[in-house]
Amino acid sequence: MAFLELKNYRKKFGENEVLKGISVSLEKGEVLTIIGSSGGGKTTLLRCMNFLEMPDEGELYLGGEKLFDAAEKKSYSDAEIREKRLHFGLVFQQFNLFPQYTVFKNITLAQTLLAKQDFKRKKEDFAAVCKKAPKEERKKLKAEQKQILDEIKSNQKKSIEEKAENLLSRVGLSDKRDSYPYELSGGQQQRVAIARALALNPDILCFDEPTSALDPELTGEVLKVIKGLKSSDSTMIVVTHEMEFAKNVADRVIFIADGVIEEEGAPQEVFENPKSEKTRAFLRKSLEEVF
Amino acid sequence: MFFGIIGELAVGFLTTLELFALTLVFALPLGLLVSLCTMSKFAPLRVLFKVIVWVVRGTPLMLQLLVIFYGPGLIGLPPLTNRFLAAVIAFVINYACYFSEIYRGGIESISKGQYEAGQVLGMTRSQIFFKVVLLQVVKRILAPMSNEVMTLVKDTSLANTIGVIEILRVAQSINAYYAVNIIIPVLYAGLFYLAFIGILTIVFGRLEKKLNYFKV
Ligand SMILES: Nc1ncnc2c1ncn2[C@@H]1O[C@H](COP(=O)(O)OP(=O)(O)OP(=O)(O)O)[C@@H](O)[C@H]1O
Ligand SMILES: [Mg+2]
Repeated sequence: MAFLELKNYRKKFGENEVLKGISVSLEKGEVLTIIGSSGGGKTTLLRCMNFLEMPDEGELYLGGEKLFDAAEKKSYSDAEIREKRLHFGLVFQQFNLFPQYTVFKNITLAQTLLAKQDFKRKKEDFAAVCKKAPKEERKKLKAEQKQILDEIKSNQKKSIEEKAENLLSRVGLSDKRDSYPYELSGGQQQRVAIARALALNPDILCFDEPTSALDPELTGEVLKVIKGLKSSDSTMIVVTHEMEFAKNVADRVIFIADGVIEEEGAPQEVFENPKSEKTRAFLRKSLEEVF
Repeated sequence: MFFGIIGELAVGFLTTLELFALTLVFALPLGLLVSLCTMSKFAPLRVLFKVIVWVVRGTPLMLQLLVIFYGPGLIGLPPLTNRFLAAVIAFVINYACYFSEIYRGGIESISKGQYEAGQVLGMTRSQIFFKVVLLQVVKRILAPMSNEVMTLVKDTSLANTIGVIEILRVAQSINAYYAVNIIIPVLYAGLFYLAFIGILTIVFGRLEKKLNYFKV
């Protein structure tokens, strides 16, 4: 079984069936690009993977284990959904940075909140242990626990900050650490959004047309960053209209039309030797747009 | 005589300020709660609160004051004997409803993308609301809020309908004692309002500046 197995995803909005049984499998470290004409269901597919939408049917396996089954979706609690979400990251077309926070805080916020929850849980565990201990030992135990907790807290903070610094340098924005989103260009904002998504170490990072909202001269810097992320342990799914990017960076390409996968394969196959007539028409049209 | 009048007015103004402050302290958070209820996915709750907001915004505050003060006695409940308390209750309910609509406008103006960004980062609903959305809402609603708060300053004078001795009530009653035309103390009272509104204008201006460090 592949690292990610998406089986027969179906999604309807009212009477409009947007995903008509989509199956995807992806190995660890692979980059999959999804192309397709407008309204084909690409965004919906990514949103279903990130549980922003719930598919009506389908199963998702990650690392060999079943992560999601639409048949059981009613039984998942909010907390369970949140946990499942953390396996995936999503970079939006419109960046969606938090305007009131600096670049640095945008990257660290979610991690800090998660760390706080962990810390609180640990503290409660400790308190429970303390309660069980004999009275005369409690004081000593409490002091020890406090020391451990303080250490955990400062380690958490340090590791979160170090990671954010690292990510900032990876996306080439170390000097923008303390800027606010409105002070950045679109390309820079998108790079921050990428760093923010990476900060939570998602197993799979999804991009929904990460350069569509950018001026043409800014798309290059963002695509370069995404290309730079490619490595044996980062698995990515990129919805894009940038055919060159799809050709050069992707390990595999999927062409989606009207909620079904029309064509799937290595970039050379799909771009140079498409089997389906729809794919051919789409590629012809997207070439025309360029010239 | 001037200082005598000003002194008495000041005592009345203290009551005005108390009513103003208590109304804000309770109506600001209550309004947020009401706005969340009017946006609830649970239809009965949503409809109930929409009706409440409609009734409260659709009737004069003076009428509401009378109902709160005299109402309980009329239907056989122990009557509210404390006039000031009755005024506070009426003002809090009335302003919570007005504030709730301002909050609602602010909350609905925040793009869906902000919530979704929080969601994909594993945040809980309350974390998204308090850490991501709220400050943006505050920035957006500051101008309509300042309007509403200034209206409240002047609306407090309505409390004298149920006999709360606020500054205008004082102004109207002291002319006999000082043997001046009624217009004199009333005009002085106006100066109190003006001065206070001036202060609020400065405070809101500062707040606005403070939130200028980011753009939404
Ligand atoms: N929340 C929604 N409610 C109703 N219909 C929706 C919703 N989201 C998407 N759709 C519909 O689903 C279809 C697929 O939309 P989707 O955004 O997934 O397409 P897409 O392939 O991402 O297109 P594009 O290239 O324009 O981004 C469209 O017909 C759209 O109108
Ligand atoms: Mg889309």
